[in-house]
Amino acid sequence: MSNRNKFFVGAFFIAAAVVYLIFSATKASAQYFLTVNELLARKGEFVGKNVRISGAVIGKTIQYDPQSLELRFTIAHVPGDNKVIEEQGGLAKVLHEAVTDPHRAHLEVVYHGPRPDMLKDEAQAIITGHLGEDGVFYADELLLKCPSHYEDAVPDQVEGGSG
Amino acid sequence: MLAEVGYGTLVIAWLLSVYAVGAAAYGAWRTRPEWIESARRAVLLIWPILTFALVSIVGLLLTNQFQVEYVASVTSRAMPVYLKVTALWGGQAGSLLFWSWLMSTFTFVLMLRSWERDGEFLPWVIVVTMVTLAFFLGLNLFVENPFARLWAVGGMRQPIKAMFPPRGAVLYTPADGNGLNPLLRHPGMILHPPMLYAGFVAFVIPYAFAMASLITGRTDARWIHLTRRWALAAWLFLSLGLILGMRWSYDVLGWGGYWGWDPVEVSALLPWLTGTAFLHSVMIQEKEELLKHWNMVLIILTYDLVIFGTFLTRSGVLSSVHAFAQSAIGPLFFGFIGITFTLSLYLLLRRWNDLKSDLRIESLLSREALFTFNNMVFMGIVVVAFWGVIFPILSELVTGQKVTVGPPFYQKATGPLFALLLLLMGIAPLSAWGYASVRRLGRLLRWPAVLAALTVIVLMALGVTKGWPLVGAFLVALAAYVTLAEFFRGVRARMKRGEALPTAFFHLIARNRRRYGGYIVHLGVVLMAVGIIGTQFFASETQATIPLHGKIALGHYAMTYDALQQFRASDGRLVARAVVSVYKDSRKVGMVYPRRDFYVDSQQPMTIPGVRSSWLDDFYVILVDWQPISTEGATFKVFRQPLVGWIWIGALVFIVGTLIAAWPEPDPAAAAARQKAARRRRATAIS
Repeated sequence: MSNRNKFFVGAFFIAAAVVYLIFSATKASAQYFLTVNELLARKGEFVGKNVRISGAVIGKTIQYDPQSLELRFTIAHVPGDNKVIEEQGGLAKVLHEAVTDPHRAHLEVVYHGPRPDMLKDEAQAIITGHLGEDGVFYADELLLKCPSHYEDAVPDQVEGGSG
Repeated sequence: MLAEVGYGTLVIAWLLSVYAVGAAAYGAWRTRPEWIESARRAVLLIWPILTFALVSIVGLLLTNQFQVEYVASVTSRAMPVYLKVTALWGGQAGSLLFWSWLMSTFTFVLMLRSWERDGEFLPWVIVVTMVTLAFFLGLNLFVENPFARLWAVGGMRQPIKAMFPPRGAVLYTPADGNGLNPLLRHPGMILHPPMLYAGFVAFVIPYAFAMASLITGRTDARWIHLTRRWALAAWLFLSLGLILGMRWSYDVLGWGGYWGWDPVEVSALLPWLTGTAFLHSVMIQEKEELLKHWNMVLIILTYDLVIFGTFLTRSGVLSSVHAFAQSAIGPLFFGFIGITFTLSLYLLLRRWNDLKSDLRIESLLSREALFTFNNMVFMGIVVVAFWGVIFPILSELVTGQKVTVGPPFYQKATGPLFALLLLLMGIAPLSAWGYASVRRLGRLLRWPAVLAALTVIVLMALGVTKGWPLVGAFLVALAAYVTLAEFFRGVRARMKRGEALPTAFFHLIARNRRRYGGYIVHLGVVLMAVGIIGTQFFASETQATIPLHGKIALGHYAMTYDALQQFRASDGRLVARAVVSVYKDSRKVGMVYPRRDFYVDSQQPMTIPGVRSSWLDDFYVILVDWQPISTEGATFKVFRQPLVGWIWIGALVFIVGTLIAAWPEPDPAAAAARQKAARRRRATAIS
């Protein structure tokens, strides 16, 4: 085999390794990203499976027990599509409506660990974990985002009425 | 007033950049040097004008001009002065302006150099850099205007954001601003974003020369010689930016880690990876006239990944992986990336045959072959990381269902590739350019390999039993011994010629800055790898609620909760701070003060860890919760992060190495004369 060919064999092995790594790692760690409605509609399919969901945190439902580090709160359904969110007036508005609308689908979440700094009313929660048989979502990881506070926040102040 | 002036200077700078593009292209097309000179002067003029715009916005930030929407969104009265300055890059509009200002600074410096020898590149370098600048300034002018003000209009509850007053509107000034996101109120944030941006922007310069070389057809390695130091500077800034970001994450975010494979982090890593591959592969073009197409591809990719990275890090998309294109500038960015990428590839294909080389890679173990493999592995990591970022979009397009991948995906898929890079880093310095035999390489590798194996045995004797860390330790040790052996051989050769040890060491590095600077960078990487292996495989954590004077144990460590202090800091935040003693093997080794800050203005708490560092490991304490009045106590989460300090030490070594490699060589003529003299001396000595 000429050196040129040997070289291509080497290159082929590296490329094959990269493709294999991508596929095996994707297969092992891919998670469905669902809205609350999607998760509840396909309960049977997803119970016990590792998924990622997003929703709006309802502030008054937050309960934290520092002794056991058990954190419980309820999230309300928000649309998953950014286009829809933009059409409805932006993330801050969509989250606000989700929390105040009593007809939205709700989901109770349980998490063990430190209480995240950003966990508060009308925050967007992106939660990794699984849905239990009891209909409660057991979270392994919480990511929180508060769109209303930075960049967008000037209108809030006006509503506060400082004139 | 300042807002109007600032906006006016932006308009002028934008018009000048558009003019420079037109004048330079026309001058090159019609061979009219006076037009090119006019374009060059326009570029020179942009920098002072944009500096004025930058000073204007900083002035507005410093003087609490809350009628300017950007000022109100990122500062508040209580913020200290240095934070008001850093608020410049605390939001989207300000960071875009800062990006443009850096671009104009770099092109200003570039225009001042002597263009006598490389005059044909000049108009096209102007076109490429000014198209880029015009795009970013255009974003500031038309979409994200940092000077837009707030206007109260009768009958409307919310003020309107606009540059010029709408009909019947009066200026609206909020009583106070929102304040900077508390996460960004950290000294690390003074340096991290500017470094990252300087790295991003500096990579535009090599790209501009590459395109100039394709357009003019002067396709030798000249563009690489001319931009080597720009590429190294870009790489250094980007590396610094990434490292400072890691350190900030470790010090401020309070989750015990330093790298979370967040899409924003990944998007800053992507151009670094292609840039690193580029720095290695241009050496092959310079030495062996190979890989010319490949270098073009790498610099094009780096440029567009820089634009992509700027967009992702600054578009307000946070951890949500599917939140692309959320802001108005998303489609514009993707359009710009698409157009520049297509045009660059078109230019490359047009010159494809000119770039062909008659030379071939001679041997599978030659330096150039190993460098090429190194490039492939880097590209493999780029593909993996890019896949992780776009997979949610792809899966939604194909199946209609969002599927995401998290940090485990990146760890599993990139781990073996990083290991392969370490292996190549161990072998490549020993291989020769052109031709290398297995026997010669084997002979050189023998002792480092034996020592690395001994290192692994020692580690096993010390109780390390996990497989992957031992493989990692072997690769790290091999790369370290090979690199040290290179220094040893060089110093010994010089000492044989009669130089004393320190002189020999100093001369070795000073006379071969690129080579030994590069080796020092490798040693930095080795040290960082030690820290990464330690934290990836051996970290431990626990959490507990303890009463005052209670104790939590973790491995050899223990901590006691001595007191809780609560007070209001000068900038208005409420601080709750635990006083914690740290014990190792029952001996007191230090005190840490994990705390929780509450920012009243933004109703946002921040958890700041207390960390006790040593060579061997960090003991990292987070105050989770506390009972202020009763004696119930407090909840702590504690981590032990083995070897994490070596990441920061390695980073320093890495930076020193890059500086040595980038340090200007003495005048080439003088260096050649000195070498000649040395040869003559040697010849005399032998005869």
